[in-house]
Amino acid sequence: MGGAVLASWVRAALARIGFAALLLTGMVLPSCLQCHAQEYPYFVTYSQEMEEPGNLDIEWFNAVGNPPGGNRFMGSDVEFEYGLKGWWTTEFYLDGQATQNDSTIFTGFRWENRFRPLSREHWVNPVLYAEFEDTSADKTLREVAGHDGRYDFLVPNRLAHMDKERELELKLILGSNLRGWNISENFIGEKNFAGNPWEFGYAFGASRPLQLAASAHECVFCAEKFQAGVEMYGGLGDANGFGLHLTSQYLGPTVNWTAPNGMTVAFSPQFGLNGYSLPVLYRFSVSYEFQQFFSHFHRSGQ
Amino acid sequence: MTSRPAPFFIAALLILWCAMAAFATSNGAWLTNVSQRERERVNPYRDQPDAVAAGRRIFLDHCAHCHGQDAEGTKKRPSLKSSRVQHEATDGDLHWLLVNGNRSQGMPSWVKLGDPQIWQVICYVKSLH
Repeated sequence: MGGAVLASWVRAALARIGFAALLLTGMVLPSCLQCHAQEYPYFVTYSQEMEEPGNLDIEWFNAVGNPPGGNRFMGSDVEFEYGLKGWWTTEFYLDGQATQNDSTIFTGFRWENRFRPLSREHWVNPVLYAEFEDTSADKTLREVAGHDGRYDFLVPNRLAHMDKERELELKLILGSNLRGWNISENFIGEKNFAGNPWEFGYAFGASRPLQLAASAHECVFCAEKFQAGVEMYGGLGDANGFGLHLTSQYLGPTVNWTAPNGMTVAFSPQFGLNGYSLPVLYRFSVSYEFQQFFSHFHRSGQ
Repeated sequence: MTSRPAPFFIAALLILWCAMAAFATSNGAWLTNVSQRERERVNPYRDQPDAVAAGRRIFLDHCAHCHGQDAEGTKKRPSLKSSRVQHEATDGDLHWLLVNGNRSQGMPSWVKLGDPQIWQVICYVKSLH
């Protein structure tokens, strides 16, 4: 019976939250002759890479967790990332979540912009990040800041949904590429417009393709198609109490695979490092990158 | 009274210099930004047929949408069969361009490909002459 409940819960979540992504992908895929991505396998950490100008990346992202004493949940978002300029990338997210024995709800939207101030590559490459979010009952955990913890997931959706979070989030993203490795560090500051103090967090990631050189022939499951790494992130308290006390911390391996048609699938089990964290969080995503997205419409219009 | 204009004059000169520098970079003169050390870098995959084939795959995946399937260029993006790319630019020059990009002209950095794939795509581009 539990399996049946779980199956219907997962089915409902996939149907409602993933519908928009699948619909949009289906609409634009036929016009996309080559859709390719070469992405780092991070779920929370941002690297210094910007979206190539004119490219649109659509990602369906999910986080599944089971808080002790609460209900299993799946937080999802559909993400549209577009390269406006070589130094400016903008992203728009639609968020939702489904909680077992509770409900499936739309939780809000986020709009973020990333700016790369230095044009050339350096040992450490800074990127400035600014995001506005209007969410409630969000369970995607796209970042952890302040005193976010596992107890947040025990609140029923109908109550959590009333607590609107309108926030400004700023990040300093630092990224380096060294001998095939990417090493990225994020420092997060988050301000709720309701007047709460600034909250802080961090994320680190390191990853590398399993094979750096490309093979001469097309392959599907060869090493060059995989990237693997590790990710660690957590809260750093707030302006009234900076530090690790009463914060959640996560660490986990992460891997992605890019299919020959350009679809990238990523997976990561991430483990809570203290009693304030969820014991384990499973993240997975599917993404397509549409190169020179709007040129497809120009061509079809000719 | 006479000392006040000096800072403004210096600032104006600085802005003019920056504008000229930006223009010099954006009009395709990226070759002048490459250091001698970078310019003389040797392609470790040079003369390897497999590297050309692998480079072609990478080119079709990442470069062809802007530079054309046959690298002849498109309305807004330059041909890679030009004299500048084929003869003036060394492998090291092209490596520098692929690592750093030319963002003001819409050319992104491809450092995420990693050095081996960058050298492989240079093998392919240079094979087009």
